[in-house]
Amino acid sequence: MPAQFSWHLTLTVDTGVSSDDEPDAVAASYFDVDGTLVRTNLLHPTLFYLVNQQTPLRSLGKLARVALRGPRIALAELQDRRLFNELLFSAYEGISEDRLLLLADEAFDTVIKRALYANAKDLVTRSRELGHDVILVSGALDFLMERLVKHLGATGFIANRLEIANGVATGKLLRPVVAGPEKAKLIRDHARAHGHDLDDCFAYSDSYSDVPMLSVVGHPAAVNPDYRLAQLASAHGWPVLRMESPS
Amino acid sequence: MMNRFLSGALRTVQPSPSPNRGQRSPLVVTLDRRSAPRTIFSGDRLIDIDLPAGTRAVYPRQPLEPLKDVDAAIRYALSHPYGSDPLHAKLRPGMKVVIAVDDISLPLPPMRAPDVRERVLTIVLELLADHGVEDVEIIIATSLHRRMTGAEVRHMVGAKIFDAYWPKRLYNHDAEDPKGMKEVGTTDHGEVVELNRKAVESDLLIYVNLNLVPMDGGHKSVTVGLCGYKSLRFHHEPHTMRRCHSYMDPKASELSTRVNRMGRVTNKALNVFTIETTINNRMFDRPLEFLHKNEDDLSGNEQSALKGLKFTLDALPQGARQAIFDRVPSPYGVTGVFAGETEAVHAHTLARCDEQYVVPVDGQADILIAGVPYISPYNVHSFLNPLLVQVMAQGYLFNCYRNAPLVKKGGTMIITHPCSDRFDQEHHAPYVEFFHNLLPETRDAVELHKKYEAKFASNPAYLQMYRSGHAYHPAHPFFMWYWGEAGRQWLGKTIVVGADNAYVPKVLGWETARSMNEALEMAKGNTPSPDITLLHMPPILMADVSGAPPVLPAPSGSNGAHTNGHGVEA
Repeated sequence: MPAQFSWHLTLTVDTGVSSDDEPDAVAASYFDVDGTLVRTNLLHPTLFYLVNQQTPLRSLGKLARVALRGPRIALAELQDRRLFNELLFSAYEGISEDRLLLLADEAFDTVIKRALYANAKDLVTRSRELGHDVILVSGALDFLMERLVKHLGATGFIANRLEIANGVATGKLLRPVVAGPEKAKLIRDHARAHGHDLDDCFAYSDSYSDVPMLSVVGHPAAVNPDYRLAQLASAHGWPVLRMESPS
Repeated sequence: MMNRFLSGALRTVQPSPSPNRGQRSPLVVTLDRRSAPRTIFSGDRLIDIDLPAGTRAVYPRQPLEPLKDVDAAIRYALSHPYGSDPLHAKLRPGMKVVIAVDDISLPLPPMRAPDVRERVLTIVLELLADHGVEDVEIIIATSLHRRMTGAEVRHMVGAKIFDAYWPKRLYNHDAEDPKGMKEVGTTDHGEVVELNRKAVESDLLIYVNLNLVPMDGGHKSVTVGLCGYKSLRFHHEPHTMRRCHSYMDPKASELSTRVNRMGRVTNKALNVFTIETTINNRMFDRPLEFLHKNEDDLSGNEQSALKGLKFTLDALPQGARQAIFDRVPSPYGVTGVFAGETEAVHAHTLARCDEQYVVPVDGQADILIAGVPYISPYNVHSFLNPLLVQVMAQGYLFNCYRNAPLVKKGGTMIITHPCSDRFDQEHHAPYVEFFHNLLPETRDAVELHKKYEAKFASNPAYLQMYRSGHAYHPAHPFFMWYWGEAGRQWLGKTIVVGADNAYVPKVLGWETARSMNEALEMAKGNTPSPDITLLHMPPILMADVSGAPPVLPAPSGSNGAHTNGHGVEA
């Protein structure tokens, strides 16, 4: 696996190194990304890559393949976030690692940066000012999260990684796949490795599928929550944050 | 269904003497066996209580006559200010003016349109325009209160001003905007004054106040309304609150002493022009205006209306009851407009407040009874949650006195309220965690202050809700607990009648009784014939208690106390 994909990555990625040289923080704040810090979801950067292939014909072919899988992907999103991620990221099959990285800055600027909620950076900054480790926990791809971490001033990320063979993406994700309940385990592992007391930690998400992740910390918060998460947050008295759309 | 806690006794009304004025006052009546039941609030319902013969009931004064021409009074005040040049003489073309306005926590309930703030703003803005002042911003002085919604602001300032200024030049204060606050100075007691940057950097800061009670206004307007947590923590803390006897009597309030000290630093650094307005206590319009009156003086029609109202409230679900009260603004009348230098203005405001609210009362009681209504300054358009019930009981109602509390040291306060375990999930989000996680750990205000407050107040999730939603600042539930501190320190016990659960009163440290009769039996203790006083409000009154030694705070710093940003350590 290319080392550059693991910048600032946590123990959940098998780099074998912890990139943070800072002493362990008192607590950590774990942020889901799609729908929580940015308005977009996993589909948007994927479409960016598919549209920006070497030739229009190649783009068309890849888009057609995703369209054919559309119903399965949609069904998976409702039932199993991990399967959804695996089906969606299979669209990257055959794209070279060089191309993924070449387009990463543009993909970040075009798709993610523009979609950041107006208050996202403030929230991350305030968490950092409290001395928190700020970890983005996302099903998105690592090379995009790396750029988002830098932009927001966060400290690390836990993200999905494409399997690369002979310099080309195979369309498979490396384990562990960051999705749904797995996020909770990854957060627990991260906190344990960095000496964070989970009771002191914060987690933020917009989706009911992230309830496991929210449930392992002492300070869960719902951000622009979907209906089911809003109901749950209300029942448990969790804070509900309204993030403002990017202007 | 009508609640009656005690039956069988007959009562009569006897005006009691008012020895400190040498005349009989109809505002204090002693019940006898022929007296009618008293009708008091229990949340958003009205209940009847039968009280033993000899119980003293204290009523508010009738509303003062309002000003006949409010606009003329405003114009007169601006051109004939106290201790200051007239407003027009302070203006010059091209200057930067910030107008700060009291938020929706005053008055209670909200005032029927046009709110007096709209009237003042309209005239001030005209004056500014006439003098070529174009750089004008209006800031709602929310301090750490929740942001007002657009609809609330529109109601307060009127459609014309709202449409012209909202949201770019008319907006809520944000005490957590890292770039939006600026230090003004420090008092000789080490208290740091940090205020809204726009206000600090203006050429002229005009404050438009609506003064409901004596603890409002004066230096509190700018120094609290436009400050942040850094400054508030110097006086919104348990030690200061313990030295307030009472909040409603500025000369005997440590809170007022500290705020005035910080306010003088503010006024030295800033060009402040204060405009204060007073209103009468006409909280209830027809068909509720009989709630002002002694029950024995109600006409046949009023008695029927009262019965109908109680029946209706009992029959409706809670949401509908709240909607009724929310949608009926109060027909307050404006009784005074004063402008100029802050302290000079406020002296006139306080005099007018006293005229409306002060009721002479002779001697303290062993037992104080009060009905807790549905509203407080902190739940406009939301539910009075358990922490706010505490604020109303041990904070505001207990503190409606001057000279000495209505109840003796170690006495009992009996309140009526359902104490439902319910919170507004948005407005009072941080209250939920405070009430359910921290209060069960400790009710000790000092321990809460030292151990939990600073960390809780920096919770990023709650701060985000304060800044971009409509939640109170996470420090606010702590302040609300401290607000009851003087009452808690003074009272022997608090008993709640009509609670719909045992958990909330237990967390608050209160006892529960199924009826007023039972509560009175519990309160008697070893006193076979206790003196009982019913504080019959709302509307608001201030008991001027004579025949008891006054309780005065030790002057600030006189006992070696020091201020260190975490409050006074005596």
